[in-house]
Amino acid sequence: MSDEKAVSIPKQAGSTLTEDSAGDGEVLLRVSGLKKHFPIRKGLLQRQTGAVRAVDGIDFEVRKGETLGVVGESGCGKSTMGRLITRLLEPTGGTVEFEGRDITHLGVGQMRPMRRDVQMIFQDPYSSLNPRHTIGTIVGAPFKLQGVQPEGGVKKEVQRLLSVVGLNPEHYNRYPHEFSGGQRQRIGIARALALNPKLVVADEPVSALDVSIQAQVVNLLDDLQEELGLTYVIIAHDLSVVRHVSDRIAVMYLGKIVELADRESLYTAPMHPYTKALMSAVPIPDPKRRGVKSERILLRGDVPSPIAPPSGCRFHTRCWKATEVCRTTEPPLLELKPGQRVACHHPENFQDQQPQDTVLLSVAKEAAELVADEVLAESAETSAAVAAVAAEVSEAAEAPVAEDASEAAAAEDDAEAPASEDVTDGDNK
Amino acid sequence: MSKIEKAALGEPAVAAPSDSDDAFLSVRDLRIHFNTDDGLVKSVDGVSFDVKRGRTLGIVGESGSGKSVTSLGVMGLHRSANAKVSGEVWLDGQELVGADPDDVRRLRGRKMAMIFQDPLSAMHPYYTVGQQIIEAYRVHHKVSKKEARKRAVEMLDRVGIPEPDKRVDGYPHEFSGGMRQRAMIAMALVNNPELLIADEPTTALDVTVQAQILDLIRDLQKEFGSAVIMITHDLGVVAEMADDLLVMYAGRPVERGPAESVFSEPRHPYTWGLLGSMPRLDREETDRLIPIKGAPPSLINVPSGCAFNPRCPYADIPKDNVTRTVRPELTEVGSEHWAACHMDQEQRERIWTEEIAPKL
Ligand SMILES: Nc1ncnc2c1ncn2[C@@H]1O[C@H](COP(=O)(O)OP(=O)(O)OP(=O)(O)O)[C@@H](O)[C@H]1O
Ligand SMILES: Nc1ncnc2c1ncn2[C@@H]1O[C@H](COP(=O)(O)OP(=O)(O)OP(=O)(O)O)[C@@H](O)[C@H]1O
Ligand code: SF4
Ligand code: SF4
Ligand SMILES: [Mg+2]
Ligand SMILES: [Mg+2]
Repeated sequence: MSDEKAVSIPKQAGSTLTEDSAGDGEVLLRVSGLKKHFPIRKGLLQRQTGAVRAVDGIDFEVRKGETLGVVGESGCGKSTMGRLITRLLEPTGGTVEFEGRDITHLGVGQMRPMRRDVQMIFQDPYSSLNPRHTIGTIVGAPFKLQGVQPEGGVKKEVQRLLSVVGLNPEHYNRYPHEFSGGQRQRIGIARALALNPKLVVADEPVSALDVSIQAQVVNLLDDLQEELGLTYVIIAHDLSVVRHVSDRIAVMYLGKIVELADRESLYTAPMHPYTKALMSAVPIPDPKRRGVKSERILLRGDVPSPIAPPSGCRFHTRCWKATEVCRTTEPPLLELKPGQRVACHHPENFQDQQPQDTVLLSVAKEAAELVADEVLAESAETSAAVAAVAAEVSEAAEAPVAEDASEAAAAEDDAEAPASEDVTDGDNK
Repeated sequence: MSKIEKAALGEPAVAAPSDSDDAFLSVRDLRIHFNTDDGLVKSVDGVSFDVKRGRTLGIVGESGSGKSVTSLGVMGLHRSANAKVSGEVWLDGQELVGADPDDVRRLRGRKMAMIFQDPLSAMHPYYTVGQQIIEAYRVHHKVSKKEARKRAVEMLDRVGIPEPDKRVDGYPHEFSGGMRQRAMIAMALVNNPELLIADEPTTALDVTVQAQILDLIRDLQKEFGSAVIMITHDLGVVAEMADDLLVMYAGRPVERGPAESVFSEPRHPYTWGLLGSMPRLDREETDRLIPIKGAPPSLINVPSGCAFNPRCPYADIPKDNVTRTVRPELTEVGSEHWAACHMDQEQRERIWTEEIAPKL
């Protein structure tokens, strides 16, 4: 089953795995230690009294032709990240490299030639459209700015773009306020795609669209990727959309990446408890299942403030597995399985990284009360199973494949081979 | 099979629901047209529905089908000279379309409130989020600024804004997309409105916050018996919240009924398309989403007959090309369940059960 998928969408898990461990040269965009702190100022003198740590040290790379999905709770820093990598915001720290070139602190003038290659679709369609310009002018603007003369003229090309995103030619002369929410979102998409950029950062590109047009836009993005080799970073809170479009997915929490994995692994066996909670909360479009909520993991309390994020693991104030080490030590983002990086001391679906630390924090006990018993039991079971399998595997380290192993064991086997250094260290003592 | 018999007997085509006596909001044949240089845009062209106290009506439909324009019409917010509004909107026994705009304005906030689809355009950029919520509260409550501020912080807290006592002094542009949306929800709910129109209230929100907001709306409903209209393209939200469902296409309702039956026995080809193009987490992933083929219709030159006919795979089934010449009216296809399509009941039932449902 997973094989079929890998075949139908070429740039999938398979290639990801090898690339990931090899760290080869296909990287289009590389981000390291990226930070953005917004100062908070108070009083007449506007003295800085603190900072919103919107993005607080993230590392990832985007490969040519892939789609990286970015998900995470509202306010966790997704849009800020998007504006940083398109250099619409000046980073507070860290670096951004595009095609091997450091663009972290390029000025507006130096960025101009790059604007053609790097485009952003904004989350707030209305505020990103000049209310005094017609749609024709707005979508045609990139051609003028970059001095590009499309075949058949700007107007014809703009109308083609409009129809590609499902808008009517009759919309050409209208103003932004005369459009519906979803129509505005598509205007932003048409504008971003006008010049065939190399990288498109799309911030909630389909959130205001009904499912049918969503499908149309998602398919369009797919087609363009295939035809032109476009690379996407797609920020979306809708996990089903993200699953559909992404090759790999980064999960953010309070300015950090907590898990970064290929789509298959993330959806079948999420390792970060936060990822697991996110996925359990998706409403299911079937009124008959209205009452069925037992598997939904409700998170305790509110999202902490990015002004004063919690110590250690930032999720420890809401995590049902949090122990002392979580409170004191920030877990690094490690590649525990090939193609799956996670920042957690006690991951789900994997061996415990800090097995000696077993006493739950009291907040974790409260959090656990919101998690259905079945979920807890299942989680304990899989962890135990994974641990057992891992122990077996490390005993029989030489055996290439265990024929009659369970599904978990098989998956584990694949995983063990290339990344065994990361995994076995300290876990199986 | 009494439903089918009923419809086959050729009951008069009724555009309005049968009983409206106990409805808190009744909309009758609402039409909202805009004059533009290119022609008359018929954004809403004959919409009728009821919402009772304590109930939720879900409105779904294609982007541009008139959902927001309808709700702005109910709120009396189409004020430009280009907008022509006709029909009736009855709110708690009072007709609003013909009423004095000042009277309607006084109803906004407490009697009816709206969560707008576009938070930024609904908030003022030069005032802090707190100032705007405080203002909204003080219009309907004679309280001190300090008390109103307390209420604003409480509301921000309830919509899940972290550190609300600090964030209350922030400006809209300092909020993330989802936080702005929640600030607006706080503003809409601050007066416990009796009718709440929520236009895509959770589009910018991740599932955890979404669940929190939906709970908040349910609480409002429970505590104050509010009537709710929930406009959303997220069928998951609809399934969870709506008692009744209205499906819109090209400015008109094409299907309406109890949410349960519209989901389980949809009787309009557009609704089928809607259900078929939805990505779902609870199902195996399919390779490509299936959009409804073709482009959304022009609202200036609306296709004649059934507006869906250029995109409908079944347009040739009804005889004599009727689909392209006669506009189908809503007819009852089940208990309280109405759909506007020329195909016979039996045909639609067969297509749904044999061709559509198995593929979903
Ligand atoms: N002021 C206006 N002048 C002209 N046309 C308008 C105006 N306002 C809206 N329209 C048109 O009316 C139609 C209905 O718009 P509406 O905003 O109600 O759509 P919607 O169903 O809410 O869509 P969405 O799901 O995208 O928000 C659209 O085609 C839009 O272009
Ligand atoms: N210009 C700004 N000034 C101050 N704070 C800001 C600014 N822009 C963003 N922030 C803060 O940074 C944090 C992250 O915001 P961001 O917009 O990146 O979130 P997001 O993940 O995109 O959320 P959403 O899903 O709600 O859009 C938020 O707490 C927000 O209030
Ligand atoms: S188990 Fe600990 S490290 Fe892992 S997410 Fe929970 S709090 Fe963070
Ligand atoms: S009336 Fe005709 S075109 Fe319209 S939905 Fe029914 S079959 Fe399709
Ligand atoms: Mg955002
Ligand atoms: Mg709308």
